[in-house]
Amino acid sequence: MTDTPLDHIRNFAIIAHIDHGKSTLADRLIQATGGLSAREMTEQVLDSMELEKERGITIKAQTVRLTYQAKNGQTYVLNLMDTPGHVDFAYEVSRSLAACEGSLLVVDASQGVEAQTLANVYQAIEANHEIVPVLNKIDLPAAEPDRVKQQIEDVIGLDASDAVMISAKTGLNIEGVLEALVHRLPPPKGDAKAPLTALLVDSWYDQYLGVVILVRVKDGRLKRGQRIRMMAKGSVHTVDQVGVFTPRMIPTDDLGPGEMGYITAAIKTVADCNVGDTITDDRVPATQALPGFKPSIPVVWCGLYPVDADDFEKLRESLGKLRLNDASFHYEAETSAALGFGFRCGFLGLLHLEIIQERLSREFDLDLIATAPSVVYRVHRTNGTSEELHNPADMPDPSVIDHIEEPWIKATIMVPDDYLGAVLTLCNDRRGQQADLTYVGNRAMAVYRLPLNEVVFDFYDRLKSVSRGYASFDYQMDGYADSELVRISILVNGDPVDALSFIAHRSAAEARGRSICAKLKDLIPKQLFKIAIQAAIGSRVIARETISALSKDVTAKCYGGDISRKRKLLEKQKEGKKRMRQFGKVEIPQSAFLAALKMDA
Amino acid sequence: MEPLALYIHWPFCLAKCPYCDFNSHVRERIDQHRFAAALRAELAWEAARLGRRPMASIFFGGGTPSLMDAQTVADLIEDARRLFDPLPDLEITLEANPTSVEAARLAAFRQAGVNRISLGVQSLKAESLTMLGRQHSADQAIAALERARKIFPRVSFDLIYARPGQSEAAWRAELRQALALASDHLSLYQLTIEPGTAFFTSHARGDIVLPDDDTAAALYDATAEEAGKFGLLPYEVSNYARPGSESRHNLAYWRYGDYAGIGPGAHGRVSVDGALLATRRHRAPEPWAERVERDGHGSTDEVPVASDERAREMLLMGLRLTEGIDEARFFTRTGIHLDAALDADILARALEADYLARDNGCLRATPEGRKRLDSLLGALVA
Repeated sequence: MTDTPLDHIRNFAIIAHIDHGKSTLADRLIQATGGLSAREMTEQVLDSMELEKERGITIKAQTVRLTYQAKNGQTYVLNLMDTPGHVDFAYEVSRSLAACEGSLLVVDASQGVEAQTLANVYQAIEANHEIVPVLNKIDLPAAEPDRVKQQIEDVIGLDASDAVMISAKTGLNIEGVLEALVHRLPPPKGDAKAPLTALLVDSWYDQYLGVVILVRVKDGRLKRGQRIRMMAKGSVHTVDQVGVFTPRMIPTDDLGPGEMGYITAAIKTVADCNVGDTITDDRVPATQALPGFKPSIPVVWCGLYPVDADDFEKLRESLGKLRLNDASFHYEAETSAALGFGFRCGFLGLLHLEIIQERLSREFDLDLIATAPSVVYRVHRTNGTSEELHNPADMPDPSVIDHIEEPWIKATIMVPDDYLGAVLTLCNDRRGQQADLTYVGNRAMAVYRLPLNEVVFDFYDRLKSVSRGYASFDYQMDGYADSELVRISILVNGDPVDALSFIAHRSAAEARGRSICAKLKDLIPKQLFKIAIQAAIGSRVIARETISALSKDVTAKCYGGDISRKRKLLEKQKEGKKRMRQFGKVEIPQSAFLAALKMDA
Repeated sequence: MEPLALYIHWPFCLAKCPYCDFNSHVRERIDQHRFAAALRAELAWEAARLGRRPMASIFFGGGTPSLMDAQTVADLIEDARRLFDPLPDLEITLEANPTSVEAARLAAFRQAGVNRISLGVQSLKAESLTMLGRQHSADQAIAALERARKIFPRVSFDLIYARPGQSEAAWRAELRQALALASDHLSLYQLTIEPGTAFFTSHARGDIVLPDDDTAAALYDATAEEAGKFGLLPYEVSNYARPGSESRHNLAYWRYGDYAGIGPGAHGRVSVDGALLATRRHRAPEPWAERVERDGHGSTDEVPVASDERAREMLLMGLRLTEGIDEARFFTRTGIHLDAALDADILARALEADYLARDNGCLRATPEGRKRLDSLLGALVA
């Protein structure tokens, strides 16, 4: 099954902006080549995680082996690597691309090139891919294929004259895509007789099979029963199973050069499988490893706490299980006076954070409180030492701080001309520095340097709102720079609430302190006693609000028949207090606390 | 021995009011004889179990007890007087609706021994009576009240306020009209939305909007002010009386005294062999009657109320009263010292905020504290 000659194999990825039709095209390709029967086809086969389907995004890389009889009568193996489209998962994109020789660049024929299109296409170019432009949704009345072709040429510099015109939704010209794959992409190179080298593209934990490794064989053969060695890690394992995805997992005897597939080898955790490592034969090892990838580094951190303190162990277990599948997020135990025991968790970005949170609540049935996201600051002390800070509560006393650096990003924003002014204002308000501003037709491309701190709060939402959803956004990390940063504490009846403290630029501190106090006033329901809310930098109060006492709540009727019920209500109310969060001496309902933490600047 | 307050429940109404979550049922025909016999049988069973003891009050509640045959009321009063030791000033209250039919029977109830009547007037405004689903008109209510005052030595009636859209001025005017008709007692309830009522659904849909807490507080204060002008003082959250005319039966609940409950769905707290039993009767009228016919009683479960539970119950009842809780009595009834039942920190803050006052061996909620009693209790009860 895997003795396919190299010139009959094509390995390809599909790159696209979100919603431009990548997953739908993948589905059509699978359907057209008979990978699954019509009955087996469910919408977006490759996005198997419930969350992926719901949000229409791809989180983990996936692969599928297609068998296609081309018009020339020859049968080809087409290995499709599905890749995530979102900026947070750029790292997953880069490793997926490294396993392929070419890409389909899918662009929505009415919307044109977007920020993520650019980011991903640059990565494909960096991976030396042959790129075939595909214009999707050409059946829509708003489609402007000629304008978009021109845009691809102007913005990306790719020849789009031979772009394949399709509608993935209706299945129009899917064959054109398959033919383009066969004739326009190069076959992989490789030597079946050379020592084994296979790229470890991804790994995940399957509850029946244990760790499953996604591989791309470069040279040699990967066989069942073979003793393999991870070249960087140095560990040795025996291969239990070799196979391919059709997209169902189909075991085979081996995988030859140029092929993609999976192996299992009785490996306990994905942490043992460094993505980007090279797999070789333990007895006949290769001398040179394949080029690897840079490891992913969390850039956004937040605290995750169980709503019910009794769930702490369950949260620890669940985080452990998630980490089996996603080595890119980090966690360590921490405690908070307001929230109790929890974990400080690091993520690749905000979407990653949101996804992990949602998976914890859905797959593990956990009620969580997340503190406001924080970036990683570098604090340099007057005594010459420095440290990384990813929890505002850990900020040292200002007197021992020499200076603080904060991370910056380079953001690319594409937006229709009409909304450019609003977008530029937003970027300037967030301390942005314009690096470039160009036009393509009536769309502008703004490149800005921005402090990540200003982006993690609500930048996406604001951007969407000021551009009515038309702006697209992508970013990359762009180093650290000195900054005038202060920690703002929130005090309730004079007691600081550690989980609500945050770090902001001095210029924005007062405004944000005022706005958070005002919002807390709205969020916290009136209680038995009046409540004072203050924001302070050190001991200096910068904002203050008072929540007056509630004025009436007594039950009108209470007679002999009500007493048992009222007593039980009272007891339930006391139980409910356990689910309240303590703000000093003030108890705040969970919902208000969550809303307070979700609050933007 | 703690004197007994006896409650007798008549579970039937002509129609179900949309705000009411009491145990009431509408039937096309009611077998008066069967329910009369069952009530008498259950009373006899309860008396046998409790033994002779002093009795301070009898209260016929419902449902609509004014739909009972007067003879049944007479029989039950006579039974109770025979089975217990009635105090000389035994208070016997019957709840009545001011429809013309029921008003016509007031004299018969007086004949049966009832000495206090409580009329479910609810409003003196035609459109409000319709909204509240009442079966009587404002004129009928006024006529019934005037008649009742001629027949009974003691008369009380109920009004519901803080109705949707009701302004403070409109309520003051309606209340003044009512106070002019009142004798020595009034129950003035703010409208509340209870689960399992028609209003609950309307409220959830947004068709009924209740006033916010500030408005509700202003209406409450206005109520006390107007009632005070007529010499009716609040002795409980929603009850106003001339001093000495308080409902003795209801005071037994709020003072956490012993009370026995007879009839479908009735609750009781009775001292038996040194324990305080919480008693409960089967709620549905017909199955309750079947049980009484089969077993002599319709009791579903009877559980001793533990010391800490008694403390909570006594707190949540006692702080409704203007007089508050007598600390010595608290210890006698619960076996717990008052301070041990309270969160010391909240107690101190509540005293400082003038929500609570403590003097002469009593802990009481001030008018400001009483308005906020639900959250005060939630915080205060240890």
